[in-house]
Amino acid sequence: MRIALFATCIADAMFPQAPRATVRVLERLGHQVFFPPDQVCCAQMHVNTGYLAEALPVVKEHVRTFSPVLTGAWDAIVAPSGSCTGSIRHQQGMVARRYGENALADDAEAVAARTYELSELLVDVLGVTDVGAYFPHHVTYHPTCHSLRMLHVGDKPVRLLRAVEGIRLTELPNAESCCGFGGTFALKNADTSTAMLSDKMAAVKATGAEVLTAGDYSCLMHIGGGLSRTRAGVRTMHLAEILAAEQSTGGAAADAVAAAEASEAVR
Amino acid sequence: MTTFLGVPLRRKPDPELRHPNPLRGSESFPQAARHELGNTQLRANLAHATSVIRAKRAAVVNEVPDWEALRDAGSAIKADVMVRLPELLEQLEEKVTARGGVVHWARDADEANRIVIELIRATGQTEVIKVKSMATQEIGLNEALEDVGIAAFETDLAELIVQLGHDRPSHILVPAIHRNRAEIREIFLREMGDAPPGLTDEPRALAMAARAHLRRKFLQSKVAISGANFAIADTGTLAVVESEGNGRMCLTLPETLITVMGIEKLLPTWQDLEVFMQLLPRSSTGERMNPYTSMWTGVTPGDGPQEFHLVLLDNGRTRALADTVGRAALHCIRCSACLNVCPVYERTGGHAYGSVYPGPIGAVLTPQLTGTTGHGDPNASLPYASTLCGACYEVCPVKIDIPSLLVMLRARMVDEDRGRKVPDGWSAAMKAASWVMSDAGRFAAAEKLTGVGRLVAGKKGRISSLPFPASKWTAARDLPSPPAETFRTWWARERGDQS
Repeated sequence: MRIALFATCIADAMFPQAPRATVRVLERLGHQVFFPPDQVCCAQMHVNTGYLAEALPVVKEHVRTFSPVLTGAWDAIVAPSGSCTGSIRHQQGMVARRYGENALADDAEAVAARTYELSELLVDVLGVTDVGAYFPHHVTYHPTCHSLRMLHVGDKPVRLLRAVEGIRLTELPNAESCCGFGGTFALKNADTSTAMLSDKMAAVKATGAEVLTAGDYSCLMHIGGGLSRTRAGVRTMHLAEILAAEQSTGGAAADAVAAAEASEAVR
Repeated sequence: MTTFLGVPLRRKPDPELRHPNPLRGSESFPQAARHELGNTQLRANLAHATSVIRAKRAAVVNEVPDWEALRDAGSAIKADVMVRLPELLEQLEEKVTARGGVVHWARDADEANRIVIELIRATGQTEVIKVKSMATQEIGLNEALEDVGIAAFETDLAELIVQLGHDRPSHILVPAIHRNRAEIREIFLREMGDAPPGLTDEPRALAMAARAHLRRKFLQSKVAISGANFAIADTGTLAVVESEGNGRMCLTLPETLITVMGIEKLLPTWQDLEVFMQLLPRSSTGERMNPYTSMWTGVTPGDGPQEFHLVLLDNGRTRALADTVGRAALHCIRCSACLNVCPVYERTGGHAYGSVYPGPIGAVLTPQLTGTTGHGDPNASLPYASTLCGACYEVCPVKIDIPSLLVMLRARMVDEDRGRKVPDGWSAAMKAASWVMSDAGRFAAAEKLTGVGRLVAGKKGRISSLPFPASKWTAARDLPSPPAETFRTWWARERGDQS
C-alpha cells in the first residue's frame, strides 16, 4: 500500500521519534511511505481554543497538501495521533463550512475519510495485530480521550501491544480518565489540569510499569512532563515506538537508539 | 442624539448586592477552581461520590439493549420540541387552564419571583414548603421570598442540608455532594432546632432526624412550591420524578401548589414520557426506576391542592433557542450524568462554576442563559473549563454534543473580543501561530528556533522553568529538550524527495 504520513506538527518539531517509528513499522510490513512536504498542522489547537478564523488557513493548507489522496496518489493517510485524526475527521469540515467554503469542506471530509490513526490503519485497514515487534519491558497503556471517544479505537492499540514479543502489559487503573492536558486547558486552567495529572501519575505508578505508552504524544508530553518533574522512574513512549522495536536492536526502539546518538552528536 | 458619558445606567438596585447571583459567580472559573482544589475534604467527598454513582449508572445502562436507540429517540423528541416550542407552550396553557390551573408567563427571574410572591401573599401564608427544583434555584426564589418575610423550607434531604448549612448547591441532582455524613450531622445539630441530642452520623439516623423535622412542616403547610421534570403539552400534565417521597408530600398535602418550570421542559405527547422515564432514572441516580413519580393535571376536586398555578419561565431560554447550535443545551433533562463523569467537575466540585448549573452542561447552558459581557465576565471563562475529553457526550441521555458546544461557545467568546483595540496575548499568539502553521516553509523556519530550547535544556535534557505564560506549564511539569533534528529534516536527509 502507498501510505502518506501526516507527522503532526507537535511530533515533527518535538517528538520525531513517533513518525520515524511509524515509518519503520509500515515499511517493515512492506508498505511504501510518503511524506508530503507541505504539511504542517491539522488546526486542532486553533479550533479548540475558539480561534476558528485563524484555523481556516491552516485547514486549507492541510487539505491542499493531502488532497492528492483523492486522485489516487496514495491509498491512505496515517497520523500517529488520535487527537489530530479526530480533529481532521470531526472539525475541519465544520470550520470550512462556517466560513462558507463548501468546496473546501467537501474535500476536507473526503480526505478525512481516508485518514487513519495508526492503530486503525494497522488493525482495520491492513488487518494486522502482530507487527513483528520485540520489546522486553513492563508497559502500561493510557487510552487517550480522543482515540477513545472521538475515534472509538477501542482495544485496537492493546491488541497490537499484546502481540509484541517479550512485553509485560499491566492495565492502567481508571485508564479512561483524562490526564488533564486538553491543549491550552493546561495553561488556561493550570491548577485543575495539575490536579488531574497528579491522579493520572498515581495510577501510572501503581502499575509498577517502567514505560507508559499511548497513541498521542500530546498527552504523553503532559503525563511525561509530570513524571519527569517528580523523577518518577517511568518513561513515556509512543505506541509506534514500541511497535517499531525489534530483536535486532536488542529490544530497544530501533529509532530511539538512532535519535539518542544523533542527539549526542549535536551536543 | 444623546451622548454616552460612560456611566452605565441602572434601572433598579442590583439584587446581587444582597444575594449572590444564582447564575454568575464573582470570579472566573480558574480562580474559583484554585480555591476549591485546595479543599481536601471536598476532593475526597467528590472522588468517592462520583465514582460510586458512575459505577451504578454504568451497570444499569449496560443492561438496556436498546440504550442507544433510546438516546436517539430522546434527542429527536427534544429537537422537535425546540422547533415547535411556541405552539406546544400555547397548547400546554390551554390544557392546564381547561383543567382548572392558572398559567403565568415570566420573562426573567425577577418577574417569576414577583408572580410567586403575589400568589403566596394572596393565600395569607408566610411559610411554604418546597420540592427540590432547579428552576427555583436558578431564579433565587428562596432569597426573594426571605426578603419579603416569607420562609421557604426545602424538603429534599440534600437541599435541606444545603439550606441549613447556609450553603450553595454544588450538584444538580445531589446538591450536598460536597458534604460527608460527619459534616451533615454537625449541620443538623447546629441548625435544625429539633435534631435528637444523641444524633450519630449513621445515614439512617440522619435521614430519620430529617424525616421527623420535615413531617411537621408537611402537616402544617398550606402552600407548596415545586419545579417539574416534564410537562405534557397534549394533556396539560406535570410530572415530578424523585427518590424520597417528600415531593409527593408537597404535591398532595397543601391547599395551594405553585410550579415554576423552564419553558424547555415540554414533551409533546403522553407517550413521549416512556422514553424519558427509561432514560432519566438510569442516567441520574443509576436506578432502573425512581421510587416516586408524581403526575397531576390541573386541579382534581376534593383531591390534592385545590389551587394550582404554573409559572412558565423564560430567563434566557429564548436567547439560547435563537442559536441553531447552542439550542441543543436546552435539550438537557437535568440528570447530571455529565457532572458525574467529568474529570474537571470531579476535582473542582460545583461551586467553582459560580452557577446553580455546574459541570459540563453548566458550562454550555449558563453562558447562554445569561449572555456574556466580554472576557472579564466570569461566565465567559466557563466554556474553557473542559479538556474536551468527551466523557459528557458519551453519557448524555439526550446526546447533547457538549464538547462541540463548548468549542462553538469558545469561538463566540473569541469573536466577541475581536473588536478590542489592544488584542490580548492569546489572540496575538493565535494569529501568529495561524500564519506560521499555514505554510510549511514558515513552520520549518520556526522549528529552527527550538534550538534555543536545547540550550535551555542543556545537559539535563529537560526544561524545568520557563517565563510566563509557559510558566503555567513548567510550574508542575518538565518539557523535554527539543530534538536535534525535526522529522522533516530527518526525512529530507534520509529520503530526499520521496513524497
